[in-house]
Amino acid sequence: MKIPMTEYLRIDLDKEKWECRVCDHEIAPAEGNYKEGLLVHNRDPREIHPPILDPERYRFTFSPDPEWVRILEFCCPNCGTQVETEYAIPGHPPLQDMQVDVPALKAQWARRGPDMLPDAGPAVVPGRGHGH
Amino acid sequence: MNKIDTRAKMPSFEEMNLIKKFLDDTTLFLGPDPEIMQNHDLMPRTAQEDEAITRVSDSHIVAKIRDRIQAGCDEGYEMVEQMGAAPGAKWGDVITGVYSASGDLAIASAGGVLIFSALVHHPIKFIIKNWMNDPTVGVKEGDGFIHNDSRYGNVHNTDQSMILPIFHKGKLVCWVASTVHEGENGAIEPGGMPSMAESPSDEGLKMSPFKVVENYQIKRDILTFLQNSVREPKLQYEDMKVKLFACLRIKQRIEETLNSDGPEALVSTLRLTMENVRAEVKRRVSEWPDMTVKTYIIQDSTLRENCVVKINCKLTKTGDRLIFDFRGSSPEFTNRATNTIVAGLKGMLAQVFLCYVWPDLPRGQAAFAPIEVITDPHSIVNCSYDAPNSQSLMSIFTGFTAGQHAVAKFLYSCPEKFTKVHAPTFNMINTFIWGGVSQHGETLGNLCADLNGMGAGARVDRDGEHALAPIFATMADIGEQELNEEEVPFLQLVSKKMTRDAIAPGKYRGGQGYTMMVATKDSEQWGFMTTAQGAKIPPIQGLFGGYACGCYPLSKVQGVDVYDILLNQPEKFRHSIEEIMNEQPFEGARYTTHHMGMGFEISKRGELFMISQGAGAGYGDVLERDPVGVVRDIEEGLMSPEVAARLYKVVFDPVTLAIDFDATEKARADERKARIARSVPYSEFVKGWNKPKPPTHLQYFGCWGDDVDTLYMGSPDRTRRGDEPRPNYMTHPKDVRIAELEQRLMALGAMGGEKQ
Ligand SMILES: [Zn+2]
Repeated sequence: MKIPMTEYLRIDLDKEKWECRVCDHEIAPAEGNYKEGLLVHNRDPREIHPPILDPERYRFTFSPDPEWVRILEFCCPNCGTQVETEYAIPGHPPLQDMQVDVPALKAQWARRGPDMLPDAGPAVVPGRGHGH
Repeated sequence: MNKIDTRAKMPSFEEMNLIKKFLDDTTLFLGPDPEIMQNHDLMPRTAQEDEAITRVSDSHIVAKIRDRIQAGCDEGYEMVEQMGAAPGAKWGDVITGVYSASGDLAIASAGGVLIFSALVHHPIKFIIKNWMNDPTVGVKEGDGFIHNDSRYGNVHNTDQSMILPIFHKGKLVCWVASTVHEGENGAIEPGGMPSMAESPSDEGLKMSPFKVVENYQIKRDILTFLQNSVREPKLQYEDMKVKLFACLRIKQRIEETLNSDGPEALVSTLRLTMENVRAEVKRRVSEWPDMTVKTYIIQDSTLRENCVVKINCKLTKTGDRLIFDFRGSSPEFTNRATNTIVAGLKGMLAQVFLCYVWPDLPRGQAAFAPIEVITDPHSIVNCSYDAPNSQSLMSIFTGFTAGQHAVAKFLYSCPEKFTKVHAPTFNMINTFIWGGVSQHGETLGNLCADLNGMGAGARVDRDGEHALAPIFATMADIGEQELNEEEVPFLQLVSKKMTRDAIAPGKYRGGQGYTMMVATKDSEQWGFMTTAQGAKIPPIQGLFGGYACGCYPLSKVQGVDVYDILLNQPEKFRHSIEEIMNEQPFEGARYTTHHMGMGFEISKRGELFMISQGAGAGYGDVLERDPVGVVRDIEEGLMSPEVAARLYKVVFDPVTLAIDFDATEKARADERKARIARSVPYSEFVKGWNKPKPPTHLQYFGCWGDDVDTLYMGSPDRTRRGDEPRPNYMTHPKDVRIAELEQRLMALGAMGGEKQ
């Protein structure tokens, strides 16, 4: 059974692996830190949150201060889907945000069976997305 | 040298008893009781409750009575909302509730600020423990108690509660209470939430629970003293009366139940409601995956100076236990007001569940009762008696967001959900607090209800709603600015207009915040303050690859009278912060930007103060966003075309905004490849990124990485242990600035031979 854990990640209970839900890429051991199987980019926050006020003239611009905070962007090494972001203080070790008790997860889903798998949001389709 | 035996004789059992009696009889001060203040679980079932449940436990009777009590609470809530004088009351920052005889909150009104009532059980338990059997106080029919001191169980001392015991045939059966965010409390700044407070003595009126009503009448002597202690004496009286009468209405509804169904039915209903909710919460938690989730939220200021203040959160679920571990969060600030008592943090975490995760559960104390919370002593989320906490909102709101962010990661895989998985809601009170003398000669101190216009986080299947609701009251309103303007001497020249490009992007974007521009008009004695964080670091995190919001500063334009401009050269006025600040259309004016912790500042006629409400966080990968949604955001003025094209990789005609879907698909495929090309494997990344200590260029407070035992206190070489409190003083920002300038003068040899 494969349990969808986030929008882009699932755990294959048989293989005990984190997998990408978009491209099926095997990312990392399920009991470990899935981020270890991803790629990371240290993003200048001004590129995502553009300055609204002229940065040449003003100390505060609506952009985060790039010397105070960075955005760590984690993506799947196979399909490039952005799986997670972490707004981090420069140099602060990235968090292991989800540490799963895999035997407990197996036991929980053995009791439930595959019919109970959640309707966990719209199907993830790479490319165009799902236009309405 | 001979050793001298200095050991004293141990006292005998009789002597110990005598000492204990002496201490009990001569208590000099009844401070906040840690036994009451550290416990948020339900009180044990009493003999009275046991007996009542033996007699009445039919679920239909219990449901019927619960609905009647609920309707009574809602009626009381409506009364306070309609009649209350405080602006907070008018827009729903109130609540009413019914508490068991032991003091637990059993049922709260369906609308209003749940956290208020989730904390009032503490002062009720203080009254039960200390005043009930005290011959100088006592608890009798017709009594009413007032309370606002957060250290005895409250968010902050701007919230005032009226608490009434309810008797049946001489026996206490329950309590009712009504709480309102009143605003004024006589603190060093008007409006009730001073960010300048450096000790509890700067925070104004601090009422431990005391009797202010006898025979259902407010005692005039005490009332007069309270009126003299605040800036709005009429409001103090009016709202004490309103809260008293709301409590009396709920009392009337309870008495109707007592008469029709008897006291056992009421007592049993209150107890079983709580026990059933508690059991249901355990059941729901057990359906979550067993897991530990970590997150942190950064406060980027103390409201006095910018610095980095960590709220650290580790949430662990095992079986039916759920444990919030906030150890590693910043030490408390000895002379800054952003600390909270731990009960405040717990009350706000209760709101995560009752407002956002399980809103179907009856609102009361029971829903959070079985959930555990761990904190460091004397930390910013569990502060001491001596620490100021008038701006506790900063820590309970960022604590809320940490909880909300962590909980979402548990919910995704659950087959049974009660709400949709969503990204964090915006969490700062970006609004104007105001005060002074109005155009009618009244002394006022309060705030604009725009604090209630926080943007909602994006959900698993749709965008977040704009300016939806505050995290502390999902049913609150942002108020009618025009009504407000009849009473206050300023106008919001721009109001409720979305702040373009202040976005939280994602597959589903966060709901956006709107611009507020205020200018004083008809008073020479009027001013503003703002109390929010997040001008340098966003105060939330994104979810599942979505982004957080950006930052929100304060902008000022001084040395201008915009009312003159509007009268004589109206074409010069602009309707966005972006245009006014970048185009600088008013000659000779000063244009400046600031963080959002502006202490109370007297304003001159026609000078502009400009801020924006914030956006909730985004959800999912931006490259999966429906291109149609991107173009709609452009059309609605949420985002400029350049930013939209750059972030979302949507290709469209710049004039018609017609989407080229094939080109968009290609641009997005290219961007995915570009991501892979510019990113590096995790193991390689951390080698260059990870540092053993916080950076030297930031004043950093809290743990670094996973070592939660060591708390940094403003620099890489100043620390304390998590479990060993140490004072943590900040220097006055003006002294910091003076020292910098003196250094410069010294370097220039321009100190003029001043003696040191
Ligand atoms: Zn993938």
